Amino acid sequence: MNAIAASEIKTLRLSIYRYDPLKQEKPYMQDFDIDIPTEKDLMVLDVLMLAKEQDPSISFRRSCREGVCGSDGLNINGKNGLGCITPLSDVAKSNKLSIRPLPGLPVIKDLIVDMKQFVDQYKKVKPYLITDKKVDTREAIPQTIEEREKLDGLYECIMCGCCSTACPSFWWNPDKFLGPAALLQAYRFIADSRDTATEERLEQLEDAFSVFRCHGIMNCVSVCPKGLNPTKAIGEIKKMLVKRAL
Amino acid sequence: MAMNGKGTFLDASTLPVKEFDGIIVGGGGSGMMASLQLAKSGMNTAVVSKVFPTRSHTVSAQGGITCSIQSADPDDDWRWHMYDTVKGSDFIGDQDSIEYMCKEGPEAIFELENMGLPFSRTEEGKIYQRAFGGQSKDYGKGGQAERTCAAADRTGHALLHTLFQANVKAGTNFLSEWFAVDLVKNQNDQVVGVIAFEIESGEPYFLKSKATVLATGGAGRIYQTTSNALINTGDGTGMALRAGFPVQDMEMWQFHPTGIHGHGTLVTEGCRGEGGYLVNKDGERFMERYAPNYKDLASRDVVARSMFTEILEGRGCGPDADHVYLKLDHLGPEIVHKRLPGVTELSKRFAHVDPAEHPIPVVPTCHYAMGGIPTNVHGQVISQNPDGTDKIIDGLYAAGEAACVSVHGGNRLGGNSLLDLIVFGRSAGLHIEESFKAGIKMDDPSSDDIDYALRNLNRVNVSQSGENFVEVKKDLQKTMQMNFGVFRTEELMENGIKEVSDLRDKSQNIHLADKSSQFNTARVEALELLNLIEVAEATAISANERKESRGAHSREDFPDRDDENWLKHSIYFSDTKQVSKRDVNFRPKQVQAFQPIVRTY
Ligand SMILES: Cc1cc2nc3c(=O)[nH]c(=O)nc-3n(C[C@H](O)[C@H](O)[C@H](O)COP(=O)(O)OP(=O)(O)OC[C@H]3O[C@@H](n4cnc5c(N)ncnc54)[C@H](O)[C@@H]3O)c2cc1C
Ligand code: SF4
Ligand code: SF4
Ligand code: FES
Repeated sequence: MNAIAASEIKTLRLSIYRYDPLKQEKPYMQDFDIDIPTEKDLMVLDVLMLAKEQDPSISFRRSCREGVCGSDGLNINGKNGLGCITPLSDVAKSNKLSIRPLPGLPVIKDLIVDMKQFVDQYKKVKPYLITDKKVDTREAIPQTIEEREKLDGLYECIMCGCCSTACPSFWWNPDKFLGPAALLQAYRFIADSRDTATEERLEQLEDAFSVFRCHGIMNCVSVCPKGLNPTKAIGEIKKMLVKRAL
Repeated sequence: MAMNGKGTFLDASTLPVKEFDGIIVGGGGSGMMASLQLAKSGMNTAVVSKVFPTRSHTVSAQGGITCSIQSADPDDDWRWHMYDTVKGSDFIGDQDSIEYMCKEGPEAIFELENMGLPFSRTEEGKIYQRAFGGQSKDYGKGGQAERTCAAADRTGHALLHTLFQANVKAGTNFLSEWFAVDLVKNQNDQVVGVIAFEIESGEPYFLKSKATVLATGGAGRIYQTTSNALINTGDGTGMALRAGFPVQDMEMWQFHPTGIHGHGTLVTEGCRGEGGYLVNKDGERFMERYAPNYKDLASRDVVARSMFTEILEGRGCGPDADHVYLKLDHLGPEIVHKRLPGVTELSKRFAHVDPAEHPIPVVPTCHYAMGGIPTNVHGQVISQNPDGTDKIIDGLYAAGEAACVSVHGGNRLGGNSLLDLIVFGRSAGLHIEESFKAGIKMDDPSSDDIDYALRNLNRVNVSQSGENFVEVKKDLQKTMQMNFGVFRTEELMENGIKEVSDLRDKSQNIHLADKSSQFNTARVEALELLNLIEVAEATAISANERKESRGAHSREDFPDRDDENWLKHSIYFSDTKQVSKRDVNFRPKQVQAFQPIVRTY
């Protein structure tokens, strides 16, 4: 690359949460000064990679760098989001940016959290099609355009964890309250015209914790990088549970 | 000596062992299709993946999966799909494999649908299919076909999540965030497992198995500009080469026409399938000149070269005249936002335009490796005897983009990769299952065999000084981009080969400064570099050796296809750095072979 003239560069003060449990007793924030070319709107992930060139020991997850794999859920200036599709211009305030791991989950190292609880809750909702419709391996189970449209806004979840780790109910009861991501997934199968296990699924959700711990705070909706609406899905499940109880 | 991932020397005597019936290295579409097959048959199966499976690159596939399921057209025929694929491959795709894929495809698609994959639908409630490049009816005589099954423009996501879910249901073991380093071979040249470490703890293991499947995906990161994820570093390919096995057709890299300018991220060919087209700075729809019949839906190599020609001849767009425009705005927001929601999102993010209002600036981007580890239709890895005949490697399988069963030959058609993943992922699984039933006998590896497989991990772990691997990687990407791009010449390539060879020397002496054990991503990146180097060198040497232009491999000094000498696969071994030839299969079982014709669109 050609050298960029000084006038086209601004310096970003980046604070990164650092923690290696084998080496440090407590986490700390480490500051980096990163030169940012102004003609391009870099993403937060780009900036993290620039910091990693200065200090290769910084650990964070990344894969697709285009917002579809769900690797880099981070807490960016206090709000959860994906590093790779969050433009600096949206989040950096007076050239300052601080990046922490997703809140509420155990930290393995630096920006890497242990996703086990999150994935366990996902697995609990039987996240796969259960159907007793005649399955002929020579054809598709029929579904109309309208029936299929009911899955829009549900199936696109990338399991990034931004929502559940922004949800106070999940922080307090991560083993009992399923959390927005798992509940969205539960509803994705309830809403699928091909799935015939609605009764079984609802039965599993009817206890006091699994669903009803959601108080509609909507944190999940405001952070979802895919624009999904777990609160609405949870509302639909609640409605079905109430109707069923009558 | 003490052994752990913490910077000390490892040896066989203290290395813990985990044993499985089948090990699948790779949790993308191909890996999880293979593992599903094995898990359903009750075998003790492990999927080893360096990222949580749904973070694999398959998740990025947008446009769809091509297959003649006769939904858009009840008269569609798998033989037409086969014809298109053979032609698209520029006639070096193996016709037995292509036949198998096109014929078995529909069953695999319906299996996925039955598993829950949320395909888009037609008015009749069937799976929606869209037009993609290089698709025809009636052996090229009946015009454009619509054969690509789609879940909006998020087909890869829908497919990968569905497969993950099915594997959860089937009880597959996931060694998630584990990094496979090298294959372990016994004295009879049989593969008996891999060396891998758990990234979280840094603890290394010998994962032992009678069947190891390499499903490690692509290696687009050998280039500077690519549509590929940051993790696509050709690890399986590197492992195979280091173990002394060959790779095939590594000169064949597909450059996808529509990468977002300045970023490399892709917008799907489905954009053009839905009626979008490319224009130059004069607003001219230039593909009408290069491919009068199929225009913007000509095969990818043809479109990418046409775009570069426009740019080189000064008709590019933008201040530097270094890209062209993909126009979608004439379709109206309804179609653009409904059928192409993912593209709309990417375009707003990375090109800062809403495609329903403004054209997207695009430039060809390195996208897909047609070449890879050669296999037969059962996924069994093939090596070459000194006399040029095939030799099956016991215990080793490959599937997906890492493999070269050669359905794509010199150029892959859109939507054919996802089909390749599921058809051959499944066939590898089936073959392993049957071999197990029949009983497999294999000798254990000696400690020397295991120590040999540990050498790279050890070298990186104990390095005290040496090259900065980030710099070596950047230099490698630069030289590949410069010297092995869309147009190639001997002069450029010889220069490139020299540079790559120097970088290989440097890579033998890289320094890992951070020796920490816990989630050390620098260690992972250092080991990935060794694989990038293997893949890049295989590409460089094979490309210079193939003295013709075919498919994606386009040489200015040899502009024509040379069927007399090069209607062949190239086979490359890393230890000798020699390229030999292998016959292309022209013996499909149920149809007459398609003979080479001049490829026009
Ligand atoms: C942007 C984009 C869009 C595309 N769109 C389409 C499309 O519409 N239709 C189509 O047919 N094709 C498409 N393709 C191509 C297709 O998506 C890929 O070829 C295909 O998904 C590759 O799948 P795979 O199973 O071979 O590998 P991947 O999905 O790449 O998976 C590789 C796996 O291997 C694991 N792995 C790799 N190395 C190691 C290691 N050392 N240790 C442990 N694990 C390892 C990874 O963790 C990962 O799980 C697209 C590609 C791109 C880049
Ligand atoms: S709406 Fe419910 S699930 Fe979402 S953040 Fe609030 S409590 Fe959590
Ligand atoms: S619902 Fe949204 S925020 Fe939550 S895991 Fe899925 S994609 Fe991420
Ligand atoms: S890296 Fe894949 S979502 Fe950000």
